[in-house]
Amino acid sequence: MTTIRTPEPRPAEPAAPAIAPSPDDTAWRRRHLLDLDDFGAEEIELLMTTTDAMKEVLAREVPRVPALRGSTIMTLFYENSTRTRSSFELAGKVLGADVINVAASSSSVTKGESLVDTVKTLQAIGADVIVMRHSRSGAPYLAARHASCSIVNAGDGLHAHPTQALLDLYTMRARLGDVRGRKVVIVGDVLHSRVARSDMWLLTSLGAEVVVCAPPTLIPQGLADAGEGQLPPVRVETDLDVAVRDADVVMALRMQNERMTGGFVPGVREYSRLYQVNEGRLARAKPAAFVMHPGPMNEGVEISHEVAHGLQSQVEGQVANGVAVRMAVLWLITRVGGRSRA
Amino acid sequence: MSERIIIRGGRVIDPARRLDEIADVLLDSGHIVEVVRGGAADGAREIDARGLVVAPGFVDLHTHLRDPGLEYKEDIASGTRAAARGGFTTVCAMPNTQPAMDNRATVEYVLRTAAAEAIVRVLPIGAVSKDRAGEALAELGDLAAAGCVGFSDDGAPVDDATLMRRALEYASAFGLPVIDHCEEPSLSHGAVMHEGWVATRLGLRGAPAAAESSMVERDVALAAATGAHVHIAHVSTRAAVDAVRRAKARGVHVTAEATPHHLTLTDETVAFGALGGDALLYDTDAKVNPPLRPQDDVDACVDGLADGTIDCVATDHAPHALIEKLCEFDEAAFGMSGLETAFGLCMRLVHAGRLDLATLVERMTLGPVRALGLDRVVPGIATLAAGAPADIVLLDPERAWVVDPERFASKGKNTPLAGVTLRGAVVATVAGGRMVFESEAELV
Repeated sequence: MTTIRTPEPRPAEPAAPAIAPSPDDTAWRRRHLLDLDDFGAEEIELLMTTTDAMKEVLAREVPRVPALRGSTIMTLFYENSTRTRSSFELAGKVLGADVINVAASSSSVTKGESLVDTVKTLQAIGADVIVMRHSRSGAPYLAARHASCSIVNAGDGLHAHPTQALLDLYTMRARLGDVRGRKVVIVGDVLHSRVARSDMWLLTSLGAEVVVCAPPTLIPQGLADAGEGQLPPVRVETDLDVAVRDADVVMALRMQNERMTGGFVPGVREYSRLYQVNEGRLARAKPAAFVMHPGPMNEGVEISHEVAHGLQSQVEGQVANGVAVRMAVLWLITRVGGRSRA
Repeated sequence: MSERIIIRGGRVIDPARRLDEIADVLLDSGHIVEVVRGGAADGAREIDARGLVVAPGFVDLHTHLRDPGLEYKEDIASGTRAAARGGFTTVCAMPNTQPAMDNRATVEYVLRTAAAEAIVRVLPIGAVSKDRAGEALAELGDLAAAGCVGFSDDGAPVDDATLMRRALEYASAFGLPVIDHCEEPSLSHGAVMHEGWVATRLGLRGAPAAAESSMVERDVALAAATGAHVHIAHVSTRAAVDAVRRAKARGVHVTAEATPHHLTLTDETVAFGALGGDALLYDTDAKVNPPLRPQDDVDACVDGLADGTIDCVATDHAPHALIEKLCEFDEAAFGMSGLETAFGLCMRLVHAGRLDLATLVERMTLGPVRALGLDRVVPGIATLAAGAPADIVLLDPERAWVVDPERFASKGKNTPLAGVTLRGAVVATVAGGRMVFESEAELV
């Protein structure tokens, strides 16, 4: 692909004062971030330590570094999202990149232009990284196959939301240290949750004990009895009171209104009675247990107001860590992407 | 046009006469003259078939020729050329064209165009309902008179059970079957693949096997109640195979077909492609309806084909334009281009010892003919009897080749098999005594 942008002289090796690239950044070879289902412990560790460095940058009086100066990041969101998009945008800006938000309609098909054409156009304009949110599972894979720039998946359909899972992990590690052997309960609409899928891959690959809890209608087919390597090895439990016993982390998932009318559950009343994360249930978890939620929350449905804003809640911490994690992703991805085109 | 040809020294398999021996086949003026050893062939073109299998031309009960209306996907000329390359000398054209083949004029258009442009025989299948809308019966009598060999709303099931019942009853007056695409819509709504771990891995919506088998059970019950003939299109699940097997044992008039891809590929192809690997592909060329299923269902279909529960192989050749597959998986069209890979793909079953070659040949020739009763329309079809149409295929069961969609005669390059090596090739196809396909490499 040709680039119409006049190539700016780029710092030979991006000057990154105080972003101490991890001692072993050769562990990172990815040009795209599509999912976490094939991540090794070394790569995850590198992401976490890079996120630490980014946290340090964000804590400065003037949180700006020129690490990605001269790089162009485009966000291409086919679905609305406040927090993910602004979090990526800020991450790019803190690192000195030019960030352009591309308006996209809800579907490339109704818009008339195919996804592949859109991606190639953005690349021709000068995108080094396209951060993509799409309602269709697998859309970023299609983009990555046809793009020479980097693709970062900011959520695709029901499939994956890797940066959310990474910030979830970062948040857990801040409290727990290592997640190995820790019990994480994911409660709610797992069937329709890309966050849950990415969380399950990431946490199980690090040795956490993941229990998934939902009514059987919201448990994905094959999850309970998948063969090795097919799906993340999690335990399925339909009774939340049983599931939360001795949990270290309880993560509630958003229950969308359309699931209530779609016949998956009888309605809000029964759902919240059986599956709401509230103080009574949380009392069954470990005393130091904390609660997470990928947002936006339906307080009073999947999580009680008291728990959402209580002492055991880490929901705001998740959001705050989002920027640092996305800085780490953009930084690592761009280094490989830049090298591959050089 | 048709010439005098003698095909010498091949292994002649003629399922109709349970013939499987080395012999010569003499053709003249578009008909079989005789199958003998050391036949005299004064002035005939000699074809050396030593080391090859000589069989009746394949018959496909399930071909989407897309003509009229969707000629950008395929037309009668390109579709029948693809058929010839795949060894097929008869294809049954499915009626989901635009307009649908729900009226005599459209059927006559297809037959007229086929007479002018097709290089193999085209037998039309009429729609069951007007506009394939599943609401009111099409004029089945008119369609039968125009030459339709069966009725189907394929692409969609006949959802309304009463309409299905009436269609079966009404069609029986013409001695023709209703061919049903069995899929309970309320179970498959929004589905783009089979429901199971692969769909969960990919975050794609899946249809359970019961979406197919529950409607097969319904159709069997209606066929039993009416005494009419139902033909189950593209069976893909163990439960559906079992339902057909039980029905046949009870004497219900039910026949069934399975596609080469449902007999050989699993739903993992959607995720990892036909060549395998670890990377997720979301291969839209593996998006078909019914969807590719897990190995257990594939095994059941193969067993069903071997024991005769499934009467025949049918391709469900469903060509699409590139842009209809070069898109998000959810948006991609269902279907794969199947005529040119059918034999090579099915040969996997033979090489794996699951099916013997003579049985495969039967399931691609006499099997489909008997399932729909095509010999009433075309006497001698799919046999090598003296006087039968000179429709013949020459096969090399051992020859390996790499699938290259760019070489397809079909306009539909949509196959997940690109780059895959298949062992078993069509060497030449003779239709109506005329050589309609000769493979570049082999014949001298």
